[in-house]
This record gives sequence, structure tokens and C-alpha cells, in this order.
Amino acid sequence: MVRIGAFFVGLFFAGWLLISFLFGAAAYVSDPPQPTVEHEFHKAPKHVSFSFDGPFGRYDRQQLQRGFQVFKEVCSACHSLKFVAFRDLEALGYNEAEVKAIAKQWAIKTPDVDPKTGEMTGRDPVPADHFPKPFANNVAAAAANNNAIPPDLSLMTKARHHGSAYVYSLITGYQPQPAELLREFPDAKTPEGLHYNPYFANLNLAMAPPLTADGQVTYGDGTKPTVDQMAKDVAAFLTWTAEPKLENRRRAGLATIVFLLIATGLAYMAYQNIWAGKKTAA
Amino acid sequence: MSFPWAEHYTPKHPVMQWMDEKLPLPRLVYNAVGAGYPVPRNLNYFWNFGVLAGLALMIQIVTGVIMAMHYGANDLVAFATVEQTMRDVNSGWLMRYAHANGASFFFIVVYLHIFRGLFYGSYKAPREMVWLLGLVIFLLMMATAFMGYVLPWGQMSYWGAKVITGLFGAIPVVGEPIQTWLLGGFAPGNASLNRFFSLHFLLPFVIAGVIILHIWALHIPGSSNPTGVEVKGPQDTVPFHPYYTAKDGFGAGVFLILFSIMLFYAPNYLGHPDNYIEANPLSTPAHIVPEWYFWPFYAILRAFTVDFFFVPAKLLGVLAMFASILLLFFLPWLDNSPVRSGNYRPTFKKFFWILVADVLILGYCGGAPAEEPYVMISQVAAAYYFAHFLIVLPLIARFEKPLPLPGSITESVLNRYNIKGEEDALPGMGADPQPSTAG
Amino acid sequence: MRRRDFINIAAVSFAGMGAVAVVVPLIDQMNPSADVLALASTEVDLSAIQPGQAIKTTFRSQPLFVRHLTPKEIAEADKVDVATLRDPQTLEERTVDGKKQWLITMGVCTHLGCVPLGAGEGENRGEYGGYFCPCHGSSYDTAARIRKGPAPKNLEVPEFKFTSDTAILVG
Repeated sequence: MVRIGAFFVGLFFAGWLLISFLFGAAAYVSDPPQPTVEHEFHKAPKHVSFSFDGPFGRYDRQQLQRGFQVFKEVCSACHSLKFVAFRDLEALGYNEAEVKAIAKQWAIKTPDVDPKTGEMTGRDPVPADHFPKPFANNVAAAAANNNAIPPDLSLMTKARHHGSAYVYSLITGYQPQPAELLREFPDAKTPEGLHYNPYFANLNLAMAPPLTADGQVTYGDGTKPTVDQMAKDVAAFLTWTAEPKLENRRRAGLATIVFLLIATGLAYMAYQNIWAGKKTAA
Repeated sequence: MSFPWAEHYTPKHPVMQWMDEKLPLPRLVYNAVGAGYPVPRNLNYFWNFGVLAGLALMIQIVTGVIMAMHYGANDLVAFATVEQTMRDVNSGWLMRYAHANGASFFFIVVYLHIFRGLFYGSYKAPREMVWLLGLVIFLLMMATAFMGYVLPWGQMSYWGAKVITGLFGAIPVVGEPIQTWLLGGFAPGNASLNRFFSLHFLLPFVIAGVIILHIWALHIPGSSNPTGVEVKGPQDTVPFHPYYTAKDGFGAGVFLILFSIMLFYAPNYLGHPDNYIEANPLSTPAHIVPEWYFWPFYAILRAFTVDFFFVPAKLLGVLAMFASILLLFFLPWLDNSPVRSGNYRPTFKKFFWILVADVLILGYCGGAPAEEPYVMISQVAAAYYFAHFLIVLPLIARFEKPLPLPGSITESVLNRYNIKGEEDALPGMGADPQPSTAG
Repeated sequence: MRRRDFINIAAVSFAGMGAVAVVVPLIDQMNPSADVLALASTEVDLSAIQPGQAIKTTFRSQPLFVRHLTPKEIAEADKVDVATLRDPQTLEERTVDGKKQWLITMGVCTHLGCVPLGAGEGENRGEYGGYFCPCHGSSYDTAARIRKGPAPKNLEVPEFKFTSDTAILVG
């Protein structure tokens, strides 16, 4: 009974799937899917190498500090970094006093309540505070940015495939819309107020090119602040903000795996010992 | 227990004797996974995965209880508390990554465990109950994993919850009320998050309970083995301890090495970047996919694109997806070949490998965007999936001519080594393939 | 000991060592996290506290009493023979040099951790004019020293320093 019932259920599902396949195949042949502009012109992130690549890579503290400087002087005007606290900057090599000074001099104030009047006000951030947001809320952010809300950057490099290279590619990837794109897709002209960028998912980005000229930021460590260098530095910084424990993780992993290799080797020998003779003897 | 020659528990120390009289827990353990459980001596490494699944569940429960200590089940703070765990809690990143990757490894191990059962016919009489309970565990795992994925309240969490509960919305008449009831609202929100958290915490303990039943049911007939020939006497078995505890110890080591490589060096490889974006009900990700372990079923769901008269394609997909799992409950009666092991079933073996390839293809299509040619491929693959279990297996059982079975487990073991021994002996040395035990 | 026994014992010992090593982070995760430790200091502005007044604020998520003593209260505290006290301490030892009028203590009764009364306007200050714990009747004097009741110790004085004449940093 079970097998007869199963036969018909199976016949139904398999049969209908094959019929669906025939419909789909017919449609595929008669009306092949049209290539989309994203399909044709979207690019995978550029290849770029960082000090933290590979299983033993580490952050370059100097580079993170430079990247932080770019974030501070360029990105932070519009983008929040809400999961990172000023105190976390000590991991970049700043000492306690420097972190305190960075927090105190931060251009955006931490929201607070006036203890006398109860009104909303702002105060200088302290190291324990997270980076204050540049806009009070999403409505204000959208209103100030041509209706596009600048996303929080704390996790940006983990929220995109190949995030570090993505950030670098996006910042350095602005270009005029290619002529063949307009020839092939005349409707896909970049709308007013948006910017063509082949590394962005739908090719047109609300953010204007943030790094436009060499020397936009003056580095203290003598590194030449080319656009390429600044983009790379800020991508490294944002990799750190997304994965601050990367070095701890890799260190702990190495110790764990070495230990496990020895322990597993011993376990294998013990296993062979215990079974010695059992596999062949009757 | 199963076999009369099983070793008996005889506590020597007075404290253990006292314990045995008052609460014979050590005796229970001894008979379940100790020297008191005789196990076929010819199990291969595929028999490691049951114990490994237990290990994976333990990792999940320990890291999960810890995650819950730092988590806030509220849609306003859930994402932030998970991030805080990653950044500020001592070793919090380790707990989070271990829990997230642990779920994947749990499924890897359980899929291999199921694969073993399918190939060696472990689901057949007298072990049907072991199989059925195993499927119950599998369903509970899927529910737990789905609800767990919602908790970080990222974009994939939110839209996954919306899509999966939307499946229930496909049921005629009662579907929408059920969906609203499941979510506690009209879209995923704080109410959904809280109930998913509560159930996500509860279900692993239910799984642990069903695992006890699964092991209990296994101990009635005893473990199966790669020949599928039942145990005939004491010469066919070895005590679980120390023989299989040692083997499982080695297996656990290998498992933990692979797990550590993933956990410490590619912790986000199996995850989706979109889940690092906080849930936003106003913006759908370009490409919603579940976690990889659901991909084959997701492909079946999406394979139905044509209405069947008055039955909409969406409902068909939902029915087929559930059917694809539920049909496994009938497997012991669908495949009624008396031969268990695929090693002695030449026709079955060919179709079995086709099924494995088929499920891998379904998985690949399930993870791909809902575009051609993936939909067409998954339609053919899903058709084979249903045909395999519901049509092909019963037919094979009827018409296949199995190979001759060995007389006993011991005979098969000796044959294997004798054949090998002869090959080795050709140069004229009569070599023993095992290291010498003398001395 | 035979070689094969040695290997078995070594394998089991290694597994045991691994298990112990894993327990360390499992326990450590319950210690205060970085964000909690970062909030471990509090600044208090003293400029608005008049002599005789006290304010209740928080330090490390616990009540902190900041009290501006009057000369009379200081005199009362100094008058006590320290040798007779349960927890002998002078007011000098409990305040900063030259700022004897500023009594900064935790608002946590040393008996079982209730919050004593006396910091708020009009609250019962007990028979010694300092603080009074309503839970089990411990009375503290104007230097917040235990004088009567079950509490074993004076109210704890946290570590603090004056950052200016009218502001302190606790912790």
C-alpha cells in the first residue's frame, strides 16, 4: 500500500516538475532572459593587498591610524560608526591621554540631557562613549543627503563580499559612465544627483566621490597622501572597525590548532594501540 | 541489553556499589556507551558521525547558553547586543563565532550521518524506530537553526523570517491567520524575535531528549555495520569502550581541527554579508538565501513555477518542500529490499550516487539567485529527488539481484585481510598488514 | 610502564588539558566586559551642593553619597573618641586634606547592602546625624562611621580625586 501510494505521489511531483521545466525551457528559448545593465557593467572589487591578508596577517597600526585620520576628516561628516567606542582606539596604538583628547576634540557632540533644564544638549565625548552619529536620526540624515541615508560604517567591510577590497574599489572606482553602456542601455543613464560607480551593486551611487585630490588629508607619518593611499588606509581602518579582534582570533587559532594536532596524533596512536590485533584476529 | 555476551557492570569500589544500589547511573552509562555495549567490530569511519553530532550539540548548547547571557531579545537592541558580545565581552567573539559555525558543523556532521544511514540501509528493520527518531531530531534541528538565525536581527535574519513564515501563508484559507499567529504581528517584529528566542533556547534540550530516545532505540537491536549482516555471536563484536571510545576520540580530534580552522580563520565564510546589516523592514536584500544547509530544500521550494489547475505554484512548492523531508519517514517501507548495505546492492549503489549528486546540485541551485538556468536545473533535480525515493527505490528493491552476502561480520573482516594478505604475500613475505603487537 | 600504556595515558591527559583550557574563556566571559569597565569612573560637580546638603549619584552602578558637611557636623565628628568606634577612623582619614567638608562615600550599607537614608532632603539621618539604614537599623555618624546597629564597617570611601575646587573624579 505504502509503495503504491508513494508511486503516485512521486509521479505527481516528478511529473509536474518536468512539465514546469518544459514550460520554463520553452520560455527560455522563445524569450531568452535579457542581460541587465548590472549584469554587464558591475565589476567585482579590485585586487588589492593588505597587511592583514592571509591566515597570519596582522594590522599595520600606522596604516590604521592614517585610515582613522581619513575617516575623521572625510567620512565622519556623514557616516556614523556607532558600534565603535573612542576607548577602542587604544588598539590602534594611541595612549590613554591621546584617546581622551581625540574624544574631547571630536567635532560631533554626544547627545546629553541638560541636568538643570532637562533639554537635549550635547557634550564632549569621553573615551567610554561610542562615536556620536552625525545626524540625529534617519530623517535628518536623508534630508541632508539628497534622500539617501549614509550607512553606518562600523561593519561595512563585513557587510559586503570581499569588504576591504570593496571599500577601496568603491572609493577609487568613480568614473564617467562608459559610452557603450549608454549605447546598449539608453535608459540606464545615471540620474541627476547620483554618481556612476561600477563597483556599486546598482552602478549609481548617491555618495559623491569622497576622496578627490591627493593631499586631501595631511599624514603625520610622512606617507604620501595619494587618493589611492588614502582609500587603502581607510579600507584598512574599516576592516579593523568591523573585526577588531582579528589578531586575537588568529593567535588563539594557531595555539588551538597546534594543540589539537598533537592531541589528535596521540589519539590516533592510542586508537591504533587499542585496536592492535583486533582487526585481523578472529 | 541486546547481546547475552555483553560484559556486566560490577562496581568494585564500595562508593560505586553504594551508588549502584541507590541510582545506577554509572551502570546505565556503562551499558550505553561503555564496555557493556557490544558493537560490530567492522564499523568504518562513517560510524563516527553519531558521536560527533552529539559533540556538536554540546558545543552549541554551551556556547548558546553563554550567548544568551549577553543577548537582548528585543528588536531595538538585538543587533547591538550581538555586536557588543563580539567586541566587548571577554572571549565574546569566540563564543559567537563558535556558535554560528557550530551550527554549520552540526549540519555537516548530521548530513554525513544521514548519508551513512542511507547508503548502508541503517533505516531498515529492525532499526526503523532509530531512523524515525533521527528524522524527528533533524526536523527539530532545522526549526532551531532557522529561529537561531533570526536572533542577530540582521537583514537576512529579518527577511529569512519573513519568507519562511510566508510559506505558511501559502496554505489556503488558514494560511494568513497562521502566519500572523506565528509572527505575533503582520511582519517580523519584537514579538516574533522574543518567541523565536524562547523556542531557540528550548528546542536544543528537546533535541537532547530525543537523542536519548534515539540511542535507546538503537540499543534494542544494536548498531548496524557496513556489511549489513547482523551480529551472529561474540566473535563479531567488540565492547564500545575502549574500542570505539578510542576511535571516536580520534574522530573528535579531526572534527575539532576542521572546526577550528573554520572558526579561527574563516568565521564568516559560511555566513552571509547581509546579516551584518541591521534589519530594515523597508529594504529587501537583492538576493535572499537561507543558510547553506537549507539550500536543497529551498531549491525544491522554488522549483515549482507553474500552477497545477486550481493549486497555485507557491502552495505546490511549500507542499513539495515539506514532502521532501516527510517522505523520509516512509523510507523503511519504501525500500523493502532485505539486503541492507549498499555494498551488496549494485543497482542501488548506482542510483544512490546519482541521488548524492542530485542533492548537491539542488544545494547549489538553492544558493544561486532565482534566475535561469538555475530554476530549470533545480526542476530536473527535484524531479529526480522525488522519483528516487518514491519510485526508483521500491522498483530496485523488487528487481535488483544483490551480490552474495558474507556469512558473518567476522568472515567479512577476515576475508578483507586475507585478500590483502595474499596481495602482500606475493613477493613472498606473508606480511601482516597491522603493526606487530608482540612485545 | 609499557609504551602503549604511556600513549593511551598521554592521549587522555592531553584531552583533559584541552578541556581545562577551554573552560578558561567559558568562565572569563562572565567577568565585566570592556564597556562596563570603561564606565568605571564618574565625575561629580560639587558647585551646587550647599553646606548641610547631600546628593545621591551613581558610581559603578551603585549609589554614591556626596555630602557637604557643616562646621558643626565636622566638630561633632572630630569630638568622637576614635578608640571607642567599631571601625576606628578619623574624619581626616576619610576625607581629602584641606577639603574636610566633602564627605564622599558609597551609599551601600556595609551590613547587607541596602541604601541608607540621609542623603535626600528631609530623610531620617538616624540618631548620630549621618545616615540611617532602614533595613536593619544601622546608624552612621556625620563622618559616615558605623555607630549603632548590625553593620560591621563604616560606609566605604571610594577612591577619588579633586579635578578642580568644585569637581571630583571618582574611581
